Amino acid sequence: MISPPFGSGRDPAEGTAPGPAVAEREPTTLSGIPVQLVYTAEDVSELDPRRDLGTPGSYPFTRGIHATMYRGRLWTMRQFAGFGTAEETNERFRYLLAEGQTGLSCAFDFPTLLGYDSDDPRAEGEVGRLGVAVDTLADMERLFEGIPLDRVSTSFTINSSAEIILAMYLAVAEKQGVPWDKVRGTVQNDILKEYTAQKTYIFPPRPSLRIITDMFAFCAEHVPNFNTISISGYHIREAGATAVQELAFTLADGFTYVEEGMRAGLPVDRFAPRLSFFFDVHNDFFEEIAKFRAARRIWARVLKERYGAKDPRSLRLRFHAQTAGVTLTAQQPENNVVRVALQALAAVLGGCQSLHTNSMDEALALPTETAVRTALRTQQIIAYETGVTRTVDPLGGSYYVEWLTSEMERRAEDYFRRIDEQGGVIAAIENGFVQREIADAAYRYQLALASGEEKVVGVNVFRDDEPAGVPILRIDPEVESRQIARLREVKRTRENRRVRQALAELERAARSGANLMPPVLECVRAYCTIQEMDDVLRDVFGVYEEDVSI
Amino acid sequence: MDAKAEDAPAMAGEARPIRVVVAKPGLDSHDRGAKVLARALRDAGMEVIYTGLHRTPEEIVRAAVDEDADVVCLSLLSGAHPVLVPKIVRLLREAGLTETVVMLGGTIPDDDVPAMRAAGVAAVFGPGSDLSEIVRAVREHVARARAGAAGA
Ligand code: B12
Repeated sequence: MISPPFGSGRDPAEGTAPGPAVAEREPTTLSGIPVQLVYTAEDVSELDPRRDLGTPGSYPFTRGIHATMYRGRLWTMRQFAGFGTAEETNERFRYLLAEGQTGLSCAFDFPTLLGYDSDDPRAEGEVGRLGVAVDTLADMERLFEGIPLDRVSTSFTINSSAEIILAMYLAVAEKQGVPWDKVRGTVQNDILKEYTAQKTYIFPPRPSLRIITDMFAFCAEHVPNFNTISISGYHIREAGATAVQELAFTLADGFTYVEEGMRAGLPVDRFAPRLSFFFDVHNDFFEEIAKFRAARRIWARVLKERYGAKDPRSLRLRFHAQTAGVTLTAQQPENNVVRVALQALAAVLGGCQSLHTNSMDEALALPTETAVRTALRTQQIIAYETGVTRTVDPLGGSYYVEWLTSEMERRAEDYFRRIDEQGGVIAAIENGFVQREIADAAYRYQLALASGEEKVVGVNVFRDDEPAGVPILRIDPEVESRQIARLREVKRTRENRRVRQALAELERAARSGANLMPPVLECVRAYCTIQEMDDVLRDVFGVYEEDVSI
Repeated sequence: MDAKAEDAPAMAGEARPIRVVVAKPGLDSHDRGAKVLARALRDAGMEVIYTGLHRTPEEIVRAAVDEDADVVCLSLLSGAHPVLVPKIVRLLREAGLTETVVMLGGTIPDDDVPAMRAAGVAAVFGPGSDLSEIVRAVREHVARARAGAAGA
């Protein structure tokens, strides 16, 4: 029994953290799966390699989605970046491309994530702080100045307002003369995990899902090489979930999107090939590798057996991975380079398609250029020096890894059953089940840290109480006033009649159920602001308020 | 980071349970830390009200008044603390909550701590802070504030 170590004056049995005491505890993975001293053929006697593993590039894709894997093509090295105004982020993008990065990944500031303009009172102090500030197409034009959209793929971490950001990107492509079928990238667009983990929601679940299926339909027709969603476990894990919960909740969200797409009348093979995933890669090395392998197997089977998908591209789970920010410490920040290297290696051994490595200053501020470079170099060292790319799924067939893969699958299936019993993911979000599971796991972990049961080097063991002493990135507070001035300038020079008409058309489509992408595109081209568009949708769809129980 | 409270008076006179408002100001949507903190304080025997996300300074002050809070715990990982924190403290004082302890945690660069202290924050706890230390600090600051109020 872990009891809160702060002298509660209450019966510790009332505490919320079950689990055996340190001494009598059998070793477990970070997710609490008991681990034996050694694994043998007997532990995997039920595994049928042909049925359960296949060969790399073949069903059920346990061993990877490509036959040649990294010999054919390395993973995409994609560092998440964004701060200040569009110019500053454009400069960072170009720096990363010059340093050998092969894809872009854009971070937005809170006002943009939550559908407020930079001059809204709620945006005060937040403009350009944690990502780039985007109010109108004018910002997006500057963001991609000198970056040809047919030659780079861009991933956008945006969920609410994903349709607006995608429309802006497509409008920039138009201006660059790049046809939409040449535009590649991803919008995160995974609203379900916003309610449970990332919390940058605006509208309630139902209308949010409708926006998403509108995007599926629009892109299937017009933007065929763009990933319309990145179904994300990363945020679920970082909010506190275990690896098993991350696996289960993410795939369950994925099934929900498939069902929503089919309900909207789209044949599964029409949109499933554009679904992509985003997972965390955490400290427990083998557990993470098993998680990725299990994810591929489950996805392939369910898409085929439950949803009748036939196109092999629908069955292949492609994923981006990011090292676990929450494992990185403010204390002794240099140690984070080591943590990130080990996590990144697990992602590569687990067969990721793209990877972000966090910087050593993760717990302090947005990364400096120097810190990002080391993080990128970490990937390059894995790719070019370690030799792990030579053979596909090198851990396949390991008794332990195969056993753990199957065990993670079994535990995920338990969660699928529990979610189904509640009536599916949306019901399990509305009744708070998923949020509670995550919060309980986060608290359990924090108590384990406080009791010393879980150890973090430099934090609760091997401490030295010196200050961190690494330089941090500072955002110029003038960014806010510069951005507001620019927004005012756009509003002054745009054609206001066109703005009003475009917004009225957006409202009509929102109410009628027509696909939202065409009117959003028109709004964007007319230089409507994000908040103008989101306010129209707020009026029609309402806003989501979460239950604040702790 | 400034995790150490100076020697506090003994914990005498902890008559009524400590009442805490845990608040998330501004647009910051990182709630893992705030929720963990709220539960730890509750499990330590305090009465805890969590405001939920995306609260304006005015909303937080209203919660502190309505709940008769001894402590307002602000959790901020968004970098907006230089704007939001001084504003919240000022509004609290204007609302007559002169003894209410304000504590701050989250992603607060070391260099910003003196300014936060100057604005009226009693203590700042950054990433990696031990929950037991936080609980102890809350108790000590409240005890001191109550002793101060009784003496006045
Ligand atoms: C987890 C995490 C996330 C999760 C959040 C999940 C959730 N629901 O909370 C996800 C993945 C969704 C996320 C997203 C983003 N994140 Co984030 N995230 C983190 C991360 C890795 C850990 C934070 C955490 O939860 N730690 C665990 C908890 C328990 O610790 P804690 O909150 O620090 O709390 C402890 C102490 O600080 C203290 N404490 C906290 N509050 C208080 C209050 C009081 C009164 C007291 C006494 C103590 C106290 O007690 C706790 C116990 O020790 C940090 C980096 C890091 N390692 O710290 C970045 C970080 C905070 N994120 C950052 C950013 C930029 C973002 C995004 C804005 C990125 C983007 N542009 O899209 C988004 C925003 C979305 C959002 N939800 O806010 C930046 C912020 C930079 C800055 N402030 O300068 C950081 C620092 C990472 C970085 N270097 O870039 N993030």
